[in-house]
Amino acid sequence: MHIIQKIGLGIFIIALALFTLSLGMGKYQLSADSLDISKEYHKKEILEKAKVNGLLDKRYDSNFAFISDLKKTLVDAQQSLEEKAKDGIPEGVYEWDFRMGNTKDYMFGVVKSASVGPIAQNPIRWFMLTFGLGILGGLLYILPKFISLPGIKNNAIYHNSLTRGLQFNIRSIFLGLTIVGTIIYGIFYMNHNLLWPAITAAMVGLISWLVFFRQGSKENNPQRSASPDITGWLGVMTGIYLIGFYILLYWMPEYITSWVVMVNPLSLSLSGNGASQWFLYGTLYTIIVLVMGIRMMSKYRHNVYQVVRTCSVMFFQTAIAFLLPEILVRLNQPYYDFKNIWPLNYSFFFDYNLDTLTNSGGLGLFMLVWGLALMIIGVPLFTYFFGKRWYCSWVCGCGGLAETMGDPFRQLSDKSLRAWKYERYIIHGVLLFAVVMTLMVLYTYFTGNYQVLIFNSDSVRTWYGFLIGSAFAGVVGTGFYPLMGNRTWCRFGCPLAGYIGLVQRFKSRFRITTNGNQCISCGNCSTYCEMGIDVRAYAQRGQDIVRSSCVGCGVCSAVCPRGVLRLENSSIDVDTRTDALRALHIKDGEVTLMQ
Amino acid sequence: MHIAIIGNGISGITAARFIRKLSDHKITVISAETDYFFSRTAIMYAYMGHMRKEDLKPYEDWFWEKNRIDLKRGFVSKIDSQNKQLVFKEGANMGYDKLIIACGSTPNKFGWPGQDLDRVQGMYSMQDLDGMEAASDKNLKRAVIVGGGLIGIEMAEMFHSRHIPVTFLVREDLYWNAVLPTEESKMVSKHIVENGIDLRLETELKEIIDDGTGTACAAITNKGERIDCQFVGLTAGVHPNIGFIKESAPEIEVGKGILVDEKLETSVKDIYAIGDCAQLRNPNEGRRPIEAVWYTGKMMGETVAYTVCGKPQAYNPTIWFNSAKFVDIEYQVYGTVLAKAPENHTSIYWEHPEGRKSIRIVYDNKTSEIVGFNLMGIRYRHEVCEKWLKEKTSVETVLQNLGLANFDPEFYKEYETEVVKIYNQQTGKNLQLKQKRSLTAALKFLRKAVGV
Ligand SMILES: Cc1cc2nc3c(=O)[nH]c(=O)nc-3n(C[C@H](O)[C@H](O)[C@H](O)COP(=O)(O)OP(=O)(O)OC[C@H]3O[C@@H](n4cnc5c(N)ncnc54)[C@H](O)[C@@H]3O)c2cc1C
Ligand code: SF4
Ligand code: SF4
Repeated sequence: MHIIQKIGLGIFIIALALFTLSLGMGKYQLSADSLDISKEYHKKEILEKAKVNGLLDKRYDSNFAFISDLKKTLVDAQQSLEEKAKDGIPEGVYEWDFRMGNTKDYMFGVVKSASVGPIAQNPIRWFMLTFGLGILGGLLYILPKFISLPGIKNNAIYHNSLTRGLQFNIRSIFLGLTIVGTIIYGIFYMNHNLLWPAITAAMVGLISWLVFFRQGSKENNPQRSASPDITGWLGVMTGIYLIGFYILLYWMPEYITSWVVMVNPLSLSLSGNGASQWFLYGTLYTIIVLVMGIRMMSKYRHNVYQVVRTCSVMFFQTAIAFLLPEILVRLNQPYYDFKNIWPLNYSFFFDYNLDTLTNSGGLGLFMLVWGLALMIIGVPLFTYFFGKRWYCSWVCGCGGLAETMGDPFRQLSDKSLRAWKYERYIIHGVLLFAVVMTLMVLYTYFTGNYQVLIFNSDSVRTWYGFLIGSAFAGVVGTGFYPLMGNRTWCRFGCPLAGYIGLVQRFKSRFRITTNGNQCISCGNCSTYCEMGIDVRAYAQRGQDIVRSSCVGCGVCSAVCPRGVLRLENSSIDVDTRTDALRALHIKDGEVTLMQ
Repeated sequence: MHIAIIGNGISGITAARFIRKLSDHKITVISAETDYFFSRTAIMYAYMGHMRKEDLKPYEDWFWEKNRIDLKRGFVSKIDSQNKQLVFKEGANMGYDKLIIACGSTPNKFGWPGQDLDRVQGMYSMQDLDGMEAASDKNLKRAVIVGGGLIGIEMAEMFHSRHIPVTFLVREDLYWNAVLPTEESKMVSKHIVENGIDLRLETELKEIIDDGTGTACAAITNKGERIDCQFVGLTAGVHPNIGFIKESAPEIEVGKGILVDEKLETSVKDIYAIGDCAQLRNPNEGRRPIEAVWYTGKMMGETVAYTVCGKPQAYNPTIWFNSAKFVDIEYQVYGTVLAKAPENHTSIYWEHPEGRKSIRIVYDNKTSEIVGFNLMGIRYRHEVCEKWLKEKTSVETVLQNLGLANFDPEFYKEYETEVVKIYNQQTGKNLQLKQKRSLTAALKFLRKAVGV
């Protein structure tokens, strides 16, 4: 390793440690001045209860103690308001301005506004010490790579504890714990409503049964999915760290206010509003895509396709997903990510979004029409011309992260036939769930009726957001990078990928051409296919690759040492792309083609 | 009918798979090397940490049982063709009705003193891979590799990937100069050096020194130089692995390999030989009797499957092609491109200024027919080149349509115009490139041939 790289790595580790430790450095003090709550009745009640409970103006050194006292205060305030509401709500006040509803909604905001420690005093310094140093360290580590000769350098990936993956059994334990944990947490999340967690558990059972018994995959032990005898513990720890991050981000943001406080100045300068946990996430996400995008370019700089594609995801993440929505907010327009498409953007048809868009004048209506047009016309049209890649590996934010931060983990995708069977059931199941959920929500929007058959459209929507939007896309989607590869969400979960994939499979000019008989079955293509496609199985029999899951990342083509694979488009054989099995060996005309 | 196959390499396995497709015969594939078929071509990637050993297996382990292909681990020490019996070294016999020998090659050793010491080995088998892995310990300060062929450079790259210094002894005055034309040889030689590998041209191994414990500690070259090293790789080519046949079944006629006719049958009825170990009695024009490459094993396996299943086929590999990778430079060849061009061959050679890409097009200067393509760092379409070669297309037609052959990834710069320019300079003509890279055009061109 180059000396500069070592320094870079050291700096990065320091930044990561500071970032992590900063969570415990916050000091908290709830004061009347700093409490930032717009609803007068709520604010008054909370302050009063805080005083009664001795919380007001008391200085806390630990967020655990503060949060637990605050919880009590919020619950007291809520109950007290409920009591008062029984005597009647004051004239001219909306019910929801008086009654408090869910106390969880105030948790994060109150904790953030009560932050007073060193970070709150000097957020910019802390931003530089964590984010800034992290970027610096990362770049110092990455930039020297540009000095080496260009070419595919996958050396030692399977010798590295971070990237070698884990044993099949250990992976199964992770998966099992994640599923069980999600369902159990889901019961609490749904306020002890068992219906949806039970349906989910039943679906897990059904899909496993289908894969194992109906599809006869029980005895097909997938040795290709994971390392037989080695586990990269650094990777496992990274996975646990990421999983922890997502759990805090989605469900306990009050514990990460130190981080949010650090990006507050940036948020103020962009949108004029204070930062939320989502702004923190967006900032972190964009920085990672940019820094790791540079790494991606250092690695594949001899490959123009990879360079252009990486620039594209970096651009879309920074400009369209991160900056533009903030600027729109500054201009008093709706927050809108122009490249996010239903059903990945599952809240597009939610009442609040439709209301915002229809009530925001010309631009709002344009956004509405744009979103609908992308979904109905854009997706099939672009996919017909260029394949799924136009979105998944050129534009999408999830794809952007997978192709940059996720690149070191792409080899960990499971190539077994069993995994492919799981994939088809799960991704199409999620697509179906998204469609059904959206139809219910729309039914409610237009009729005002929440009850759809036996289901309540509001709880369907909440459960979808919890299970698919947060647990699957976030916790598993990114947390599992070092455990199951960088496209776990894209491959198994993303309903938009399911939709685009159907178009790609049945009506598209795109395919990966196999170059005659040049394949030597080495397996580099399959190993580095992040979607777990066994590319070699096609290439070695001279068949072109047409798979709904292929995101067209082009890495199989890049790593092939014999120049066998080419991503390309043609309209003259759209319906027969899969047929061409070429054999070049037995005398012409005498024997049917090789299969 | 029971068909036994000796060897679970690409040729034996392809034969087994196709026999299963074509028939219900009982199939047994025997190997002394591994339980399951793996890609010999990819062992370097397992060493370098690009892939795990499991990833070398093109089929999942359950595949064989599902397709009723029996796998047997064992070494066949004797073929008793009279009684149609195989005798295993481990004891026990196995009967067969038809036998396919696909026993591959084994590395050449030229009787160098010390060639059987510890830490001296070739690179062919899984055991060789394990040997290299075991030798790559902290004692390994330098490896010497003997023989400048395709396996030698792979071995050099392997050690290099682990930052183990390598000295690479090559007999010729440039790397692989017996096969590659001079310009390409120079390019690769330069690339080897630029990677930090100590390339010694016109240097041969004379002797390997024993450190007193039966382990290699240095290599002596024909120039008298002593190179201290803790590993010596012998990669001076391979030869058919037919020792056990010569000893146990003299009725099977052999030359350098097992002699077979165009149906791949040996001199003994119901015994066939395919892959690296087979030597064709009458090879096609422009092809050699023994071709130790991956795809010929595949083609032979498929061909023999038809034959043993009662649909006899002649083996016909048509136009020669091959590919390799020299560290970072990919190489493809289609047709005939000779290191020392005969009088009637003229080359059009273009090289990128950075010296890691080149295109060579060879044609017959008497008839103007296209003869071959040699590509470095550039990918060409197999089928397009093959069609041009088969049809003996005139070089000018090829040049004008050269984009049809380009197979580089999207956005890659196309250099076909440069090639045409060079032809114009050489001949004083004024040809223009008419066709750029395009799948649609290539498909149209290929379909015309089959009349679709
Ligand atoms: C490192 C390396 C890289 C290569 N790279 C390329 C490349 O890039 N492109 C290319 O075209 N070619 C390449 N080759 C050549 C290619 O791998 C061979 O041509 C091909 O593997 C030959 O296949 P086969 O089935 O004929 O024999 P093999 O693969 O050698 O299989 C023969 C099997 O039979 C077993 N066997 C032999 N005798 C007995 C016995 N008596 N009893 C039981 N079992 C027995 C052997 O143990 C072996 O497992 C490479 C070879 C090597 C070693
Ligand atoms: S098949 Fe190739 S292009 Fe498609 S996802 Fe896999 S690696 Fe990427
Ligand atoms: S990487 Fe290339 S040569 Fe290797 S198996 Fe895939 S297509 Fe074949």
